[in-house]
Amino acid sequence: MEKKILRGRAWVFGDDVDTDLIYHNKYLAETDPKKMPQYSFEYYPGKENFAKEVKEGDFIVAGTNFGCGSSREHAVYCLKYAGIPVVLAESFSRIYYRNAINNGYPVLFVNGLSQAIKDGKIKDGDELEVDLEKGEIKDITNGNSFHGDAVADLEMDIMKAGGLIEYLKEKAAGK
Amino acid sequence: MGKTFAEKVLGKAAGEPVSAGQVVIVEPHFCMSHDNAAPIWGTFEKIGVKKVWKPDHLVFILDHAIPAPTDKHAENHMKIRQVVKEQGIRYFYDVTSKGGVCHQIMCEEGFALPGLIVVGSDSHTCTYGAFGTFSTGIGRSEMAATWATGQIWFRVPESMKITVTGKFKKGVSAKDLILKIAGDIKADGADYMSIEFHGPAIEEMSLSERMTLCNMGIEVGAKNAVCPPDQKVLDFIKPIAKTDQWEAIWADDDAVYAKELHYDLGDLVPAVAKPHTVDNYAPIDEVKGTPIHQAFLGSCTNARIEDLRLAAGILKGKEVAVRTIVLPASWTVYRQALEEGLIEVFLDAGCVIVNPGCGPCMGNHEGILAPGETCISTANRNFKGRMGNKDSFIYLASPMTVAASALKGEISDPREVL
Repeated sequence: MEKKILRGRAWVFGDDVDTDLIYHNKYLAETDPKKMPQYSFEYYPGKENFAKEVKEGDFIVAGTNFGCGSSREHAVYCLKYAGIPVVLAESFSRIYYRNAINNGYPVLFVNGLSQAIKDGKIKDGDELEVDLEKGEIKDITNGNSFHGDAVADLEMDIMKAGGLIEYLKEKAAGK
Repeated sequence: MGKTFAEKVLGKAAGEPVSAGQVVIVEPHFCMSHDNAAPIWGTFEKIGVKKVWKPDHLVFILDHAIPAPTDKHAENHMKIRQVVKEQGIRYFYDVTSKGGVCHQIMCEEGFALPGLIVVGSDSHTCTYGAFGTFSTGIGRSEMAATWATGQIWFRVPESMKITVTGKFKKGVSAKDLILKIAGDIKADGADYMSIEFHGPAIEEMSLSERMTLCNMGIEVGAKNAVCPPDQKVLDFIKPIAKTDQWEAIWADDDAVYAKELHYDLGDLVPAVAKPHTVDNYAPIDEVKGTPIHQAFLGSCTNARIEDLRLAAGILKGKEVAVRTIVLPASWTVYRQALEEGLIEVFLDAGCVIVNPGCGPCMGNHEGILAPGETCISTANRNFKGRMGNKDSFIYLASPMTVAASALKGEISDPREVL
């Protein structure tokens, strides 16, 4: 994980964004993670062009229960390999959270994000500054700021190693 | 202070008393994977371990896209057959008449056993809680890591106690209860939690009904969902258990819960979850008359012999008004439905019977919807596009409500045709 402050555009979603919306069933047979971003959010109303328009460094911003539904890791890969550095949501479904950590992909629990999205305090295309270490998010476009929770120790160790597989390899090598 | 089911099972596996919030590393008993065993193998190879930790503890069940609808799927299946051979995987359910939907097979074949920890690379692994199993869905990387190390970490979950009393009224079943619960607590209402079902009404329910409840635990965010391992469970599992390592474990009476709910079955009515979320509850009166284009009786939620009997009871001697797809949850269920004459009832009524598998439920094949079409389904998810088309609509309901709706070509109240 890099220490510097990240800067990018926000793609804003609502509550209960399910795994079918993030990455649809019909592409599940795809096994190459790098080919997955082209299918991201294909069925999400108003975000059908996400895969075409997303730029490396952009952020996903969502409300509660992001990634509910299936256990598919495609829903993590399709964002990770699109170059999105972190998903910011008020809360994550259990399996999505684990899949993210296990793939060394940062997710941040951000307090009050669900209501802020509903109130229009953070919008599509807003310029954000994210300090992952401190869990601080600043919306440069309108001046609002948000605060996220730190990740627990075991999860942080796995994430720092680059994911569960890397973590196990390091442990096996006695690092 | 007493312990919850999750605290007791995870504590036993960890070898020390544990409480909610603690992180434990445990060895799961069985690891189930379906068609995704192929990509999991790819990840496993990257770890650099040559052999899986215990080949007798891995269970592979092909169900997501069978028989293979595309060359990509066929290739994945081929890979899995190779791995089974090379690694000596003991339990493999290929595309044969011994197979079926993975969760149904896990329960029918004696892998879902009281007090065991079972993980599966599928979110509906929570189904096995119907047999007092601590079972939960995990991702592919995590499954690969478990194959390699035989270990997995869990945060001991907080628990939610749902006590159920009373009796179902005519036309109401376990599906209506779990849809009501989802409507009340919402899709994230039990995030990270262990749901325990308690009460006399649960004990009266069949194992099939308990499976319907536990199956949908994930739809409210739960890590696992579980019913008591009572005599009904023990009678069922004893002759078929794949191991004698199981133990009937249940929560202490004075266990501490993060949340407690109570439902009286007598208060329930036939219900649906409206598009596009499982918690979008509506009693049947609110949606009655909504035109449908397809009815689907299948999935790991509601396609057991008990479900088929209820639907056949409504369809017998009548004809469906819309295309109706019937998918028995396993070939054992299929065979029994044949013997009981249910398949004949469905055929006479104009239904199409498809092979056991996951196809229609997740829009893989066998029953994809066209734009603007509406389906009423006994499955567990009605996410936008779930059945293959983003401009279609899915209502979730019980087998009785689906059968009644199929007859009329619109969402209908099963109480009117019973």
